[in-house]
This record gives sequence, structure tokens and C-alpha cells, in this order.
Amino acid sequence: MKKINQLKMVFDSRSVNESFSRMAVAAFASQLDMTVEELGDIKTVVSEAVTNCIVHGYSNTIGKIYITCTVFEEGVIRVSVRDRGCGISDVKKAREPLYTSVGGDRSGLGFTVMESFSDKLLVRSKPGVGTTVTIEKIIKGKLND
Amino acid sequence: MPVTIKFSGEKLVAYIQGEVDHHTAPDIRDAIDDAILVNEKAKTIVLDFSRVSFMDSSGVGLVMGRYRLAISKGKSIAVENLTERDYKIMKMSGIERLAPISRKENNGRFGDAL
Repeated sequence: MKKINQLKMVFDSRSVNESFSRMAVAAFASQLDMTVEELGDIKTVVSEAVTNCIVHGYSNTIGKIYITCTVFEEGVIRVSVRDRGCGISDVKKAREPLYTSVGGDRSGLGFTVMESFSDKLLVRSKPGVGTTVTIEKIIKGKLND
Repeated sequence: MPVTIKFSGEKLVAYIQGEVDHHTAPDIRDAIDDAILVNEKAKTIVLDFSRVSFMDSSGVGLVMGRYRLAISKGKSIAVENLTERDYKIMKMSGIERLAPISRKENNGRFGDAL
């Protein structure tokens, strides 16, 4: 695939940045001629990934979250969300629907939602080093509306 | 205020406003829980999503938590006016087997704009 544009951003893992980060990625992504639904999918996916960094990666301490968003000529958008937090020892388990390691009001649906609203989801993680979640979405856009 | 409460007879409606995510959920939760605990006569708690402009899986956690509280007090929960997307997210949890959930008639998103 041929890259045509890229956004990189780094911000603190403060929950107030959840809204900012999904809006920023959506604003960048909107250069592709996508539907309101597709834009909503991207916002949702970014929100889940960033929340994971805050709640799990850094467990409410403050670290940096790195987002790279790449737009490809073929109408594909790739968003990668990375933290240098605690990492996940069992990625397979973490991806199971309704599994949560923290309880409370967390639903355990983060990865399920990310999978559902994207076309490809890749999770790379190493305990003590951090986690990178990469999602790809094929933008069909307004042509097929 | 992220939540407006309306109480009549045995029904308490909590109109949730704005974005529901991990950052905003605690304030929304506290407002709803206070209303549930104060209005002892309310038998049915309706969580109304018509004024919600964005929701991720934190919205599911919010509903699940309120469901547990309501049940423990002998009350029931209903979730109303979800967008198609939010309805889909809710259904991933299986919450519809515990509490009725319904979509908006007109699937427009409140304040739908970037």
C-alpha cells in the first residue's frame, strides 16, 4: 500500500485526553471521503485503545501515549496506539469478550469493540515494555452509501 | 451537568448528556446512583441516551453497574434511545438478556458533527 499522509502525536495518559485523541484522529482521517458512520467507527476504536493505555498500560499513573495515523492511497487508514506501560502477559485472554483484569465498571469489551469496528486488529505486547495496538480500516466512503 | 433526572410516579428517567467515555463515566455514574438512592419510590430506572453524542464500551460498564445497583434495591432498569452504533455495542455485552434496551426511532445522533 502507498502512504499518502501521516499524523504522529504524543500526549499524557490523562483521561481528559480520551476525547481529544479520538477527535484529533477523526479530524485527520476525514480527509478520506468517509461516511459519518465510518468516522464514528474510527472515533470508537481510538477511544477504546487510548482508554486501555490509561487504565491498563499505565494503571492510572501518567505516561506517554503515542499515536501514529497513516492514510493510504487505496483508501485504507491505519491507526497505531502505543504505550510504554506494564504490557499484557496473555494477549489472547485480554482479547476475550467480557474479560477484564480490573473489575469495577469496566465492561471487558474494549478489544471486542475494536475488532468489530475495524477490518484488522493487531496487538503486540511485552510485559514491562508496553503494548502497541494497530488497527486498519478500509474506507468505502460515500460512494457506496 | 452530564445527567438530568426526571421523576414521576414510580419511574425515574436519567437523561444522559454529551460524551460517555472512561473520563466522563464516573460523574454520570454518581449522578444516577444518587438519584436512585434518593428516590426510593422509583421502581423503574430508565437510562435515556437520546442526548448522548458519543459512547464507547464505558457506556456498557455504566449500564451494567447501574443494573447491579437497581437489582440490589429491588428495582428494574431500561435503556432507551440508543443510536444503531451504541445499540450494537450494548448487545456485545449481552445486557439485553437482563434489561430491555431500545433504539431511537430516528437514528440521528444528538449534536452529530465533528
